[in-house]
Amino acid sequence: MTMIFGVPMAVFMGQLTLGLVNGAFYALLSLGLAVIFGLLKIVNFAHGAQYMLGAFAALLGFRYLGINYWLALILVPLVVGGCGMLMERFLLRRIAHLDHLYGLLLTFGLALIFEGTLINLFGVSGARYATPEILLGGLNLGFMFLPTYRAWVLVAALAMCLFTWFMIERTRLGAYLRAGTENSQLMQAFGVNVPLLITLTYGFGVGLAAFAGVLAAPLYPVSPTMGSSLLIVVFAVVVIGGMGSILCAILTGLGMGIIEGFTKVYYPEASNTVIFLVMILVLMLRPAGLFGKEA
Amino acid sequence: MTYMKKTLAASIAVAAASSMAISTAHAEISDGEVRIGYLADMSGTYRDLAGPGGQTAMEMAVADFGGSVNGSPIVIFSADDRNSADVGANTVREWIDQRNVDMVGGLVASSFSIAVTKVLQENNGLGIVSGSAASSITNEHCTPNHIHWVYDTYPLANGTAKAVVEQGGDSWFLLTADYAFGHALEADVTSVVEANGGEIVGGVRHPFPTSDFSSYILQAQGSGAKIVGLANAGADTVNAITTASQFGLTQSGQQLAGLLIFLNDVHALGLEATQGLLLTTGWYWDMDEESRAWSERYFEEPGRMPTMVQAGIYSSTMHYLKAVEAAGTDDPETVRAKMAEEPINDFFARNGSIREDGRMIHDMYLAQVKTTEESPGAWDLYEILSTIPAAEAYRPLSESQCSLVQNGSADALQAQASAALAWGQASRKGVTKGVSNNKQRAGAAP
Repeated sequence: MTMIFGVPMAVFMGQLTLGLVNGAFYALLSLGLAVIFGLLKIVNFAHGAQYMLGAFAALLGFRYLGINYWLALILVPLVVGGCGMLMERFLLRRIAHLDHLYGLLLTFGLALIFEGTLINLFGVSGARYATPEILLGGLNLGFMFLPTYRAWVLVAALAMCLFTWFMIERTRLGAYLRAGTENSQLMQAFGVNVPLLITLTYGFGVGLAAFAGVLAAPLYPVSPTMGSSLLIVVFAVVVIGGMGSILCAILTGLGMGIIEGFTKVYYPEASNTVIFLVMILVLMLRPAGLFGKEA
Repeated sequence: MTYMKKTLAASIAVAAASSMAISTAHAEISDGEVRIGYLADMSGTYRDLAGPGGQTAMEMAVADFGGSVNGSPIVIFSADDRNSADVGANTVREWIDQRNVDMVGGLVASSFSIAVTKVLQENNGLGIVSGSAASSITNEHCTPNHIHWVYDTYPLANGTAKAVVEQGGDSWFLLTADYAFGHALEADVTSVVEANGGEIVGGVRHPFPTSDFSSYILQAQGSGAKIVGLANAGADTVNAITTASQFGLTQSGQQLAGLLIFLNDVHALGLEATQGLLLTTGWYWDMDEESRAWSERYFEEPGRMPTMVQAGIYSSTMHYLKAVEAAGTDDPETVRAKMAEEPINDFFARNGSIREDGRMIHDMYLAQVKTTEESPGAWDLYEILSTIPAAEAYRPLSESQCSLVQNGSADALQAQASAALAWGQASRKGVTKGVSNNKQRAGAAP
């Protein structure tokens, strides 16, 4: 059997594929964070909780309203994103003129409230969300058995990432947004409703987290704590990639997924820490992040 | 500074007063109250197997006992250990120093329980460990100040691993949670598998907690082992089983062996993912008439059936309170001795008794998760296949590394322990210790 770096080719390719799948999740989540931070300068610590709310909304929607997976994939981001807009309009806006730290504290507090409430209602064991029939089973890739659902996650997450990049970098709306964050007074003078744009952007970022939550629901047990462990990793990914750059958040997300995947083979004990090691290295060598421009 | 001086002075006064009170009313209930601390994971991975449900069980025991012992009311304090050894040790220290807590119950994550029992030993407290799994808690980490109640990794390995090897599952790949409990379970499983003619062909130690097991499952698939043993617990086990079913682990001819599975895990995973799984348990709610009756009473409050840990918390609290009543004191050493004198036979424990290493041995059970056809109710999950008698289930004392067992005869040991306890008791209530405790507290304040 062909060996690569001391492991069989098949294992190597398998881990690479799984790393990409996990990386797609990191990309999708860090993208939401990067959009919110880049355009609004809010350090959104509620991102993990919003991802968890997405998964919960899919679960409860199915359980009590019979909403199927495909519908949930569209509805849940809208509903959770809508809640995010309310959060921005009534809470975050009040402290927008203060230091970033206050936004961080507020969103962190909200995350704890969401999580604690759901823990009290549902416990932590988690519930299962059935994989949609059409995505059951798996693909035999020759070197591994890849569950169809994971392949779908990879495709869906990457498609969503590219869509976001396109929206912000290549459309008129995106141009307004970018301009609004550069100089909001000037934009308002041109007759653009900047506060509304900001609310919409926050809602969009939250919607991305909820979308990732729905994608994750059939993969992991849906539990109130599912977001908090992921959040820290995703923040590290954003720091590594450089705050505020969209394409880089996507690339870094994928890259970190792969690095973590290989750590799980070569030294599994460190798989939870490897991303932070990379983060420390990057901060030492390039404090603005791998792709960051500001010094 | 003035504040510190004042508190120091006050604490000296209190310490002096309490030492006088102790000397006049020696063999009685300290502070006129039996104070029990309930310390467990209330919000993390292990919440559902102990958590608030364990507190409910403890409160039930206190209520069933009548709320007081010989006229002294029973008070319960509770705290979230957050699965952190530091938080646990500090909480227990504070409970003993400031609130004179007489017994600490609950105690879930093994690494944390080991830290807490050390604090109990230093301060001559008494702890009853119900949630932890590591057999080392009454082996190399044994103290005269704690009892391990519900189960440990030895019978888990001895029950499940042995049964699986006997059914032909002789090559194993182990997925181990990378901390005290996982290591203990891994060691116990390895020795049982090898003793029964099987072999361990590989394994992975994964961080605690882990949400994505796909990489490890892939490695397990590549190992060619017949059995993939899960030496982890709680959400980790649930995640691993879910991922294994997504990757078609069982379809490709391998079999899963969950070494520590709780009722709430099976309930969360659902029967489709778990049916046929062999497991070892210390207790099951639907075991017999007595356990059913208790569980139905318990069910009324949390709306969930109790796990073996929650039932064990009731059983151990009850046994503790009876011992306090019989001894007429809540002095830890006396109560600990009294508890060991009485055999334990209640709805939870059969043929139970407390050994000198602090292990409460009782019958354990090999169970199998029912199939979807067999199970009519949401909580009707296990079928008990066989009973592992108390004497065979746990690590024999002859193999024990516990210092309480090997250091000469039991009598000499008893004398040693009581001398140590008496010394500690005196100094704890005394003036000097009162001051130093206060310093510690001042240092710890934010």
